[in-house]
Amino acid sequence: MKILITPRMERCIGCHACSLACARLVHKRLSWDTAGIRILSSGGLSTGFEAKPCLACDPAPCAAACPTAAYSQRKGGGVVVKKSLCIRCGACDEACPVDAIYLDPTGEPFVCIHCGRCVPFCPHDCLELVDVPGTSGPTEEPKEAAS
Amino acid sequence: MIRDNFRVLVVDLSIGRGTIERVEGRDVHVGGSGLAAALFERYGQVDQPWNDPRQPIIFAIGPLTGYFPLMSKTVCAFKSPYHDQYAESHAGGRSALSLRFADLDALVVTGQAERPVCLSIGSQHLEIKDVHYLWGKDVGTTGKMLRRMFKGSGHRSILRIGLAGERGSAMAGINVDTYRHFGRLGGGAVMGAKNLKGIVIQGDGTFALPKGKEYAKLFQKVHLQLTDTEMMHKYHNLGTAANVAVLNGLKALPIRNLQQTTDPKIEAITGENFAERTLLRNTACSGCPVGCIHVGFVREKFMEPNQYFYRQVAYDYEPIFATGAMLGVIDPFAVLDILDTVEQTGLDVMSAGVALAWATEALEQGIIKEEDTLVPLRFGEAKIYTEAVRHLAAGSNAFYQLLAQGTAKAAGRYGGSEFACVLGQEMAGYATGEVYFVSQALGFRHSHLDSSGYSYDQKFEAIDPDDAVEFLVKDEQERVFLTSMVACLFARSVYKEELLAECLNSVGYDTLAETIPQVSQGLQRHRWQIRLSTGYDPTSIEIPKRFTDISTWKGSIDGKVLDRLRQKYAQKIVEMGRRETG
Repeated sequence: MKILITPRMERCIGCHACSLACARLVHKRLSWDTAGIRILSSGGLSTGFEAKPCLACDPAPCAAACPTAAYSQRKGGGVVVKKSLCIRCGACDEACPVDAIYLDPTGEPFVCIHCGRCVPFCPHDCLELVDVPGTSGPTEEPKEAAS
Repeated sequence: MIRDNFRVLVVDLSIGRGTIERVEGRDVHVGGSGLAAALFERYGQVDQPWNDPRQPIIFAIGPLTGYFPLMSKTVCAFKSPYHDQYAESHAGGRSALSLRFADLDALVVTGQAERPVCLSIGSQHLEIKDVHYLWGKDVGTTGKMLRRMFKGSGHRSILRIGLAGERGSAMAGINVDTYRHFGRLGGGAVMGAKNLKGIVIQGDGTFALPKGKEYAKLFQKVHLQLTDTEMMHKYHNLGTAANVAVLNGLKALPIRNLQQTTDPKIEAITGENFAERTLLRNTACSGCPVGCIHVGFVREKFMEPNQYFYRQVAYDYEPIFATGAMLGVIDPFAVLDILDTVEQTGLDVMSAGVALAWATEALEQGIIKEEDTLVPLRFGEAKIYTEAVRHLAAGSNAFYQLLAQGTAKAAGRYGGSEFACVLGQEMAGYATGEVYFVSQALGFRHSHLDSSGYSYDQKFEAIDPDDAVEFLVKDEQERVFLTSMVACLFARSVYKEELLAECLNSVGYDTLAETIPQVSQGLQRHRWQIRLSTGYDPTSIEIPKRFTDISTWKGSIDGKVLDRLRQKYAQKIVEMGRRETG
């Protein structure tokens, strides 16, 4: 099982290639927001950039908070989201301690599915898809994609 | 998003309201440069001065903005305080994608606010906020304040002006997201005249992708092409600053007010040396994986024994040419120090550097006096130049007020026109020869980016004026289509007609994709028509004597060729800008 990590964010140049790739390839949208990884300046452009990724919690507070079981725990960390079960209540967003979930104006949640499709678009190798220790075996295809 | 018309937000600051307008003509006006010209025709007052409150300031993006890499720039258009004619200035940062995600093809601001305001827009909001307390604040402080006052960190663009814009300087730029600028031809003064201190554009909209799999596949192909090329290496590595050593080696670097074109001492301020000694990091415009923005540092000891602060200052070739070579300042940290002052006061760096280079020589020759310059300008004296930059931005006395309206205007009053390095506006850093001098002097934006005249100079030993004019016209025509997309011109070697057609097709602009050559010609003509309608007479442009006094690697500049070229290109521009009658 793999998860996305952001080990070299000090190299980030703020090009948004990762967010735009996630929005385009995973969520089928053109957007800065509807992406599992979002980039912001850490207090202005002169201070560099931060990523807002899912930290692959296990257990995940967002899954625990979801009242309709739209969110379930993903093996190795993070969550699997079934949007057909989601009632747009926003409890996942409130529960996430690191603001990794974006709710669009209709309340639809967007969160990283740890697929790694953003990784090759980063020109500075800030991102990495890594194996989670103790979860060896064939990588599962992410179950959730765009709604 | 993909639409055959343009969705334009028109804000009238006089009444504090905006309207969404639908403007027809996607297949003719395209976007960017073409759209800006169409909008100026609609909202501009060709026979009224630049600071008439009704005049618009226009920010326009193109049909591919945000859809493909390096489609990351915005065209800003206005009637310029520099020459009181229609003008364009281009910038990147996050401005282009912010407009895209705010669901706007263009923003037009007209009117004049009663008090200093900041305009904040997004896909679902419009607010005009009183910010009188920011008037007089420098560009950095203003940026920090606006960042705190408005939401959306990371997914927005913050445009603002400094003292130069507030004071109506024709050299005032608009700062975009700290490290980019609508620098040239006085856009900052147009905002200042409107009492518009800042614009915050929040890119908070989300849009469907084009149907089918073709778009994502094509994106991948374009991304790979752009990141695999030599261009990527050049701009990502040393950045445009690499040109310092190249042009110095060619004897084509303007040094000390273009008294020289090469100097071994320039070695100290090459891109290599800047990278080695001052480079902190790279940063990028949104939607561009190249990351050409190079951020250096300067530190200052403000107290003994070891109390320092540091500042981060972006550098490029042009700023190094203008505040380094042109002023004889050959220490990279001293160059960054001057640059930082230029940034904070909101001046355009090329204009400011070249203007102060002229003032230095004029002072040397006794044409002007120290009571005019207030400080003893001398080539190489960096600290004095930082003081002079502040005087220039503030318009501290009658001399600086006039100089801030353009070096040629000051030279017209005081003398020294023959060594004013003005080619339509203060020169860019290419002393490559006759074709470049004419291309900037007469070109639409008076920019080194209007067409690659400097390449023509380097490619051909002898200049054939007819061939050169044909080249300039054709090259401009290709570029005007790119600046209507709006592509970063660094990507011009990748975004050729065939690829642009594929890109346009993939997002649904089939008609445009099939008609690029005809549409480009129409855009070029229309833009010239607008410029000429505001009073531009290319036949009246003169090229100062200094440009024919110099030598490059090819030897002396040929004054006769220069003059023939100037006349022929002027004639061609008049033809292109002629409106059909009957």
